[in-house]
Amino acid sequence: MIASKQKIAIKGTRHGLTLQLDDQCSYKEILGELDEKLSSNNQAEDDQLINVTIQLGNRYLTQEQKDALKKVIREKQHLVVDSIESNLITKEEAKEWKKHAEVKPFVKVVRSGQVINIEGDLLLIGDVNPGGKVMATGNIFIMGSLRGIAHAGVDGDEKAVISASFMKPSQLRISDSISQAPDYETDGVYMECAYLDEKVSKILMERLQDVIKKRPDLSSFERRMLNG
Amino acid sequence: MGEAIVVTSGKGGVGKTTTTANIGTALALLGNKVCLIDTDIGLRNLDVVMGLENRIIFDLVDVVQNRIKLKQGLIPDKRFDCLQLLPAAQTSDKSELSPKRMKEIVEELKQDFDYIIIDCPAGIEQGFKNAVAGADKAVVVTNPEKSSIRDADRIIGLLEQEDMEPPKLIVNRMKNHMVKTGDMVDVDDIVNLLSIDLLGVVADDEEVIKASNIGEPVALQPNSKASLAYRNIARRILGESVPLLSLEEEQGLLAKMKRFFGIRT
Ligand SMILES: Nc1ncnc2c1ncn2[C@@H]1O[C@H](COP(=O)(O)OP(=O)(O)OP(=O)(O)O)[C@@H](O)[C@H]1O
Ligand SMILES: [Mg+2]
Repeated sequence: MIASKQKIAIKGTRHGLTLQLDDQCSYKEILGELDEKLSSNNQAEDDQLINVTIQLGNRYLTQEQKDALKKVIREKQHLVVDSIESNLITKEEAKEWKKHAEVKPFVKVVRSGQVINIEGDLLLIGDVNPGGKVMATGNIFIMGSLRGIAHAGVDGDEKAVISASFMKPSQLRISDSISQAPDYETDGVYMECAYLDEKVSKILMERLQDVIKKRPDLSSFERRMLNG
Repeated sequence: MGEAIVVTSGKGGVGKTTTTANIGTALALLGNKVCLIDTDIGLRNLDVVMGLENRIIFDLVDVVQNRIKLKQGLIPDKRFDCLQLLPAAQTSDKSELSPKRMKEIVEELKQDFDYIIIDCPAGIEQGFKNAVAGADKAVVVTNPEKSSIRDADRIIGLLEQEDMEPPKLIVNRMKNHMVKTGDMVDVDDIVNLLSIDLLGVVADDEEVIKASNIGEPVALQPNSKASLAYRNIARRILGESVPLLSLEEEQGLLAKMKRFFGIRT
């Protein structure tokens, strides 16, 4: 008989251990070998917890399977599973991801009483008038005047930003934070971008160019625009 | 085949009825066959402004319920044969009217008239839906005042969902001295915000009130400010390009400019 190839490769990294699991054998075999390997590998008594990253390769595990895997590992020594990485996601996850990664363009004036509510980033070519409202799970970019309400990161994305050619909003919301226009009459500002500052947990406004530096993810907007 | 234009505003009291009466009168003055319809059931006004109140025998609801023929419901104007009014009912139940029935009535009138001008009730409820149903075009009236502009914006949003051309804007009751002192929103800002074409600007003019009190629309006067504004609006509806504002607002300035360029006036 040929000695079976190792199904689990253990590597030490700066952050802890990485377990690379073979993605050709069965899940059961993995669990078995994991149990065996981790028990035999009785290290010195060291009180520090070791972070483990599991790499599944081209294997998809359900949440229950992942939990079982974590349990096996947690029972052994001082190991805690930090993350489980897989090259695969389900179709649903992919669709969901795509929806949120998409840029949705609209060419219209959002008038009093009207609402645009989308998943992903919103690119509005037109104004948001007083009494109008735009909402997106991602960022909001308005090529026009924002005089109504804009709510970015509706599902809790605190990194989302709101930008407009002309900003004179009645209210800005990012994730759960709200900022209201002052009661006195103010002049609007041109080409500004609102973002949620983590330190003061407040919505702040800065020049768009400066916010892009704070939100490097925004550069992926370009790519998504081209793909979309 | 005529064209039906609905006059709306969202907010009440901004001048829909006044605008309907005066656009109708000015169009008739220019030789068009015009029919005015008052759809403000229960709060009819158009007949009063036109000075035709005493002549009402039948009304829109009588027509809707087929109690009379459409032609029997029309009241001819005192001054122009080519101008007629279909008055609103004052007492009947307004649920009698439906968008479908309204459409049929307007279609029938379009056979005989060049222009059907429909006076819409305030609000965005059933009355608005009825008034808008048969119209090919819409005119939105606003005052240079935030709340009125906000309602105009709402109405424009609703009109954009209808199967008709983008609405046009009339700014009514403009007081230029208030714009200068910064106490009133100026026309440019309004047009900018609402982003629709401007059909005309009508000054706040007490002649308008005097005129509607005696049932003679101001557009009949030869040279009051408001009269000129309404006549220009009528000409723009007919497709003429009449320069905006200059005549209605800045007569003094225009005269000076002409002298400057050496054009004899
Ligand atoms: N340009 C104007 N200058 C001065 N007064 C005006 C002007 N336009 C309208 N008015 C006055 O404003 C009042 C309201 O006008 P009107 O009845 O036409 O408004 P409306 O929009 O039809 O109101 P409702 O919503 O009640 O039907 C009237 O007394 C009218 O005479
Ligand atoms: Mg009225």
